Amino acid sequence: MLRQLEGSKAIAETVALCRPEVVCAYPISPQTHIIEAIGVKVKEGSLAPCEYINVESEFAAMSVSIGASAAGARAYTATASQGLLFMIEAVYNAAGLGLPIVMTLANRAIGAPINIWNDHSDAMAVRDSGWIQLFAETNQEAADLHVQAFRLAEELSVPVMVCMDGFILTHAVEGVDLMDQATVDRFLPTYEPRQVLDPDDPVSIGAMVGPEAFEEVRYLAHLRQLDALDYIPVIAEEFAALTGRASGGLIHPYRTEDADTVVVALGSVLGTIKDAVDRLRDGGQRVGVLGIASFRPFPIAAVRDALARAHRVIVVEKAFSLGMGGVLATDVSMATLGSSAVLNTVVAGLGGRPIAQHSIETMIEQAIRGELADLTFLDLDEGVIARERARMARTRRSGPFAENVLRDISQTREDRS
Amino acid sequence: MSEQRVHFYQVGSFAVGNRLLSADDRTVQSSPHRTNSIDSGHRACQGCGEALGARYALDAAMRATNGQLLAVNATGCLEVFSTPYPETSWRIPWLHSLFGNAPAVATGVAAAMRVKGRSDVRVVGQAGDGGTVDIGFGTLSGMFERNDDVLFICYDNEGYMNTGVQRSAATPPAARTATTDVVGAEPGNVFGQGKDLPRIAMAHDIPYVATATVADLHDLEQKVERAMSFRGARYLHVFVPCPLGWGSASNETIHLARLAKETGLFPVFEAEYGVVTNVSPIRRPAPVEEYLKLQRRYAHLFGPKGRPDIVARLQGIADANIARYGLLPERDELDSREDD
Amino acid sequence: MFQVRIHGRGGQGVVTAAELLSVAAFNEGRHAQAFPSFGSERTGAPVVSYCRLDDREIRTREPVMAPDAVIVQDVTLIHQVDLFGGLVEGGYVLINTSRTFEELGLDDLGDRFQSERLMTCPATELAIEHVGRALPNAALLGAFAALTRQVPLDAIGVAIRDRFHGAVGERNFAAATAAFDHVTREMEAATRASTT
Repeated sequence: MLRQLEGSKAIAETVALCRPEVVCAYPISPQTHIIEAIGVKVKEGSLAPCEYINVESEFAAMSVSIGASAAGARAYTATASQGLLFMIEAVYNAAGLGLPIVMTLANRAIGAPINIWNDHSDAMAVRDSGWIQLFAETNQEAADLHVQAFRLAEELSVPVMVCMDGFILTHAVEGVDLMDQATVDRFLPTYEPRQVLDPDDPVSIGAMVGPEAFEEVRYLAHLRQLDALDYIPVIAEEFAALTGRASGGLIHPYRTEDADTVVVALGSVLGTIKDAVDRLRDGGQRVGVLGIASFRPFPIAAVRDALARAHRVIVVEKAFSLGMGGVLATDVSMATLGSSAVLNTVVAGLGGRPIAQHSIETMIEQAIRGELADLTFLDLDEGVIARERARMARTRRSGPFAENVLRDISQTREDRS
Repeated sequence: MSEQRVHFYQVGSFAVGNRLLSADDRTVQSSPHRTNSIDSGHRACQGCGEALGARYALDAAMRATNGQLLAVNATGCLEVFSTPYPETSWRIPWLHSLFGNAPAVATGVAAAMRVKGRSDVRVVGQAGDGGTVDIGFGTLSGMFERNDDVLFICYDNEGYMNTGVQRSAATPPAARTATTDVVGAEPGNVFGQGKDLPRIAMAHDIPYVATATVADLHDLEQKVERAMSFRGARYLHVFVPCPLGWGSASNETIHLARLAKETGLFPVFEAEYGVVTNVSPIRRPAPVEEYLKLQRRYAHLFGPKGRPDIVARLQGIADANIARYGLLPERDELDSREDD
Repeated sequence: MFQVRIHGRGGQGVVTAAELLSVAAFNEGRHAQAFPSFGSERTGAPVVSYCRLDDREIRTREPVMAPDAVIVQDVTLIHQVDLFGGLVEGGYVLINTSRTFEELGLDDLGDRFQSERLMTCPATELAIEHVGRALPNAALLGAFAALTRQVPLDAIGVAIRDRFHGAVGERNFAAATAAFDHVTREMEAATRASTT
């Protein structure tokens, strides 16, 4: 049923339809509305049987999920930002153990400086953890991805993280076609674990593995990720047949068939980029967009095919590797290896900085003219940076630099007004 | 399987051999039907108190649950010496996740059993003192506070032995560890720090908290059985000497555990819902020297350059425990108890 | 596309107002996107929310930078916050007040925008009268419906009743209806004044 509702609410409704048996709740913005709404369902009895556990930290949230999953229960939790980092040891552990936990990541920046707004630094920090990471473009896709995530996770015994932009999606109220229980049940069978704690058939899970076997065990985990590259499109097609919606899959190309320039991105910014591309198309520019729906596993072959005809690839990403540059761009460069296409990395939207359509359009036009630097920070205030660098050069005890920048910006504003 | 002979030797210690008891009162460990939850062939050191404690505790828990038991283990000696595949020693379902999260993982396992309607299946979490009082403390407190249906057992050997004998918050004052060396004016571990976890557990008002040592097998097994008669969070703190970390002879493990109790350094008691309900009295009082002298980690306190002042302070700790828990009842009171 | 920006203070239902507007448009078969200015605002702090209405899918995720309408829930924000920044030519302004633009020191707005699209409404008073609480958001949505004709009053009513059940919903809708009628009368009076 099509409903106008908050993204978080749409996720809660959909996760509930997936019949999770153990849900761990720990508050951190911007995912909190999701677990709050699930909590209501468990408490009022509309989601049953389900154990809803208010844990004392994100580390516990993932750890409880690990225990529940290993004991054969379908486990779900949600987190963001610092919360993901606080649980990171358990995040790796869940993947290493091959436990099909599903987690929503309401993407948010990582401090310091503390910042509650959206970017993708959190997701990038765990890209090597062994979790499948799916990125949603809209709330509709975010909801649909959760149903697919449980199926994917349990089929392959790999945990799946559904990444959705914090606030931009979680707090946006828009139309979402919610599935019904019968349809979800048809798509998502009962969880049949490959390994389970069972008094009638005792196994040891989590043994120490030495150099004689560690590489093989890790390689098997890698193979499961590669299996996911085959399986993700299959379940997306099955899902489309059931719902008529093209949610999920590996990539989402838009107007790329004849595009000379293709912008690659993850998540909700794809919508803004599509609007920008349509405008540039109206002006005669041959541009397209490639959305990466599955970031891990990275669909290198699909990306290579989608970019085969492009002369220029612009990777717009809401995160970067300090001292290096783009994270997504590095992956994309593996797909364009050997091609003559020019690759630009554009870092945008850090810490919730709005990504304006006109900025995207200007940036693409610059790139087409060959005027865009290899690594560009969109809408960067060069003046602020120059002044802080000067302060640091002038005085040894120049003070905390984030606070200096804030003071500088407010001072500049006052001077203007 | 024929009756296996289990030998208990008269050690002048108030221990009662199974052969003197009726069949019903004998220990789980003496039964041919014990489950051998942690089987022989593991790689623990000679005289390991933790291996002994885990074996007693889990077999007793298995009997109390009619074999419907799931175990969760923190990283540490117990996990390392028992697992390297294919030589796992665990004959019960066993899960190891991380160092600091065993209580939370156990919560998850218990939640799964509850949601599946398997109230007959019970959960034990276990860790060393590092995994309990230090890195696992947050998740343990959370598990207590939610009153999750988990028996958590701490095998306390007073330090990080798996990593090479470093100080934990359970390391006693003056003890030598690799991170509290016997140099400077205050050799060994500092005074005035450390966590008394049984009392912290009691402060959560959970149904059952108990301490035990590997010197009293009957007591340990009975406490596991008692713990399993409750629903909700339960905590059992078992004192397990470590020959490697303490620098003690491996045949002194039981003796040291008994002395820890008899000196008053390790009070043995039970508590229900935050209130002490039972105390194991000291039967043959001993000065702390008797206990300390058997361990190289305290060697710097004795000899010509010894530190009687520090020994006196340690005796002060023992005396405070004796006073706090009433470990030395009047003789007639003790006699009347024995009549019961 | 029609874009709305709502200014108010934390606790005044600014975010709810944008959501209700989007639900009203959605119920009319339109596409709508509502979202708050994301922050950790506390009660009483300036808060902004946005709503986009369109007849086709709304893909953009940029904040509303050039609104077609600005709703001001709290007059104490005037001269504190850039309330009218980016407002398009021919844009609407709706302010919750029983005072006039002149009394608020906003005479200059008439120079920059079409005066018939500048409207005040005593929404707080209407809310106190009908709801019993100084929560002006429902009333302002009624006023917005009358001023812009972007959504019918009935659709606002459905959205309000869907969010607030029973008597609370009815009272809020009564406030919205009163505000709708107030603005309709004001607009008719203005039309009469300009034609005579």
